Amino acid sequence: MAIDRSTVRHVARLARLALTEAEEERTAAQLGHVLEYIERLKAVDVSGVEPLSFAGDASEAESVMRDDAVRPGLRREDVLAAAPEQDGSAFVVPRIIE
Amino acid sequence: MTPSLLPLGQLSRALERGEARPGEVLEDCLARTARLDGKLHAFLRLTEAQARAAARAADDRRARKAPLSPLDGVPVGLKDLLCQEGVETTAGSRILAGYRPPYDATVVRKLREAGAVLFGKTNMDEFAMGSSTENSAYGPTRNPWDLERAPGGSSGGSAAAVAARLVPGALGTDTGGSIRQPASLVGVVGMKPTYGRVSRYGVVAFASSLDQVGPLAQDVRGVALLLRAIAGRDPNDQTSSLRPVPDYDAELEKPVRGLTIGVPKEYFGEGLDPAVEKSVRAGVAALEREGVSVRPISLPNSPHAIAAYYLVATAEASSNLARYDGVRYGYRAQAGGSLLELYEKTRAEGFGTEVKRRILLGTYALSAGYYDAYYLRAQKVRTLIRRDFDQAFASGVDAVASPTSPWAAFRLGEKVDDPLAMYLNDIYTVPVNLAGLPGISVPSGFTQGGLPIGMQLIGRPFEEGTLLRLARATERALALPQRPPPLVTT
Repeated sequence: MAIDRSTVRHVARLARLALTEAEEERTAAQLGHVLEYIERLKAVDVSGVEPLSFAGDASEAESVMRDDAVRPGLRREDVLAAAPEQDGSAFVVPRIIE
Repeated sequence: MTPSLLPLGQLSRALERGEARPGEVLEDCLARTARLDGKLHAFLRLTEAQARAAARAADDRRARKAPLSPLDGVPVGLKDLLCQEGVETTAGSRILAGYRPPYDATVVRKLREAGAVLFGKTNMDEFAMGSSTENSAYGPTRNPWDLERAPGGSSGGSAAAVAARLVPGALGTDTGGSIRQPASLVGVVGMKPTYGRVSRYGVVAFASSLDQVGPLAQDVRGVALLLRAIAGRDPNDQTSSLRPVPDYDAELEKPVRGLTIGVPKEYFGEGLDPAVEKSVRAGVAALEREGVSVRPISLPNSPHAIAAYYLVATAEASSNLARYDGVRYGYRAQAGGSLLELYEKTRAEGFGTEVKRRILLGTYALSAGYYDAYYLRAQKVRTLIRRDFDQAFASGVDAVASPTSPWAAFRLGEKVDDPLAMYLNDIYTVPVNLAGLPGISVPSGFTQGGLPIGMQLIGRPFEEGTLLRLARATERALALPQRPPPLVTT
């Protein structure tokens, strides 16, 4: 299945990834190749089949619920310490409101 | 034999009897790592000071005959996908360079509580995306049996470290085969537990409906001991199971007579290296000699597994990896303009080629107009794959036997530029993740060229104990020579 450059550009924007022209070109070819392989799923009869999204033990789904109570979490300064830029109380990003 | 060369299960006994001391074992492992890891690159970093302090405490407990567990004083390597408090955790990616998590993953905390000596962080394919460890932003790991070959992946660093006796045991993660395939390619035992058996808290997420943490060791007992230490309910992971954790070790030597193995014809078809087939069939025959019944079965939806997997895994990855935006942790690009530019540039510079490829494929599969055709269809195929296994188990099969990988270790660079060829490494392992089942790879022999081969055993949900018993029976019956790779002893 062929994928064109403009589709790659659209998807890259959705994914917040800046691609060079060469990367767009290569991605279009490689994604096309992989999607061609994936097309084989179209031949599988899935009528009436429920999707499987949780592979664990569904019988436990109820019993693992807990009360929505406030619990201590990580210390703010410990979390902020990992940030590229912070002001002691918050993460700093470029201005988003003029 | 030097205790530090012993398989974990035997080392544990030697420590128990006072024939080995944790401090000496650690120093031996550090010395061997200093001698060999320049060639192998199994570790991204060692935590020597912490390890020495932990070994001293273990020395003391062992001397008082008051060990915390059979793992007390055993050095263990951690895949760099597992958060360790205060220790750089990169997931093999440039985008997390310098990141020091403020907390331990639950599996890391549990190992500490069992007295294990945390030795260092092992190399991996970036964000666990790959089957050769060549996608690490920090350079590839090499296979201890042949330095020109890949150790498999993505847990290639953990596998190579255990195979080269740098550590007796290690933890990896397995989303589509990332523990079992490298275990097979370097000749060690590696297990992916049932989805929900082990907590994922503090594990850098790749594909949340498929990811599981699991152990690697030279022997089955070592894997059993590690699994018992890390498994169990964790309030910090709502997908972790409430089921009690059995004492796998206590059941290990129980006879396997009366159990039934299914051999799926779809796993022995085109593309399988004849040397691998021969070895795996010898492994099955060995189990037969132990009294296991063997019967042919069919898992007809297996041929769809790779396609379904690369939709489900990439879709979930595209969502999980949205968090790397240069704001809260890790790398931030120099960008003068808007927040959007900051995101796009940070991610462009921080992620490697394969990670970008998978984010784009996953984003495409989830994007408007394609969701039903790709992601939803893949989830339905997943149900069909699970049903195949359910039917086999309902017909009286206790475990399914197959090759772990279609081939032995391949050369570095051989597949890295052809994504699809690389994806086919996982053809026999991804169905297990899609179905949420436990799987183990156990060595079954060597190629004529001396490269290891592994046999995979797949079990019923939460039947890790049965798989470990069967793997132990295979190990006992085959009695492969316990020789380390030549590199280790020269």
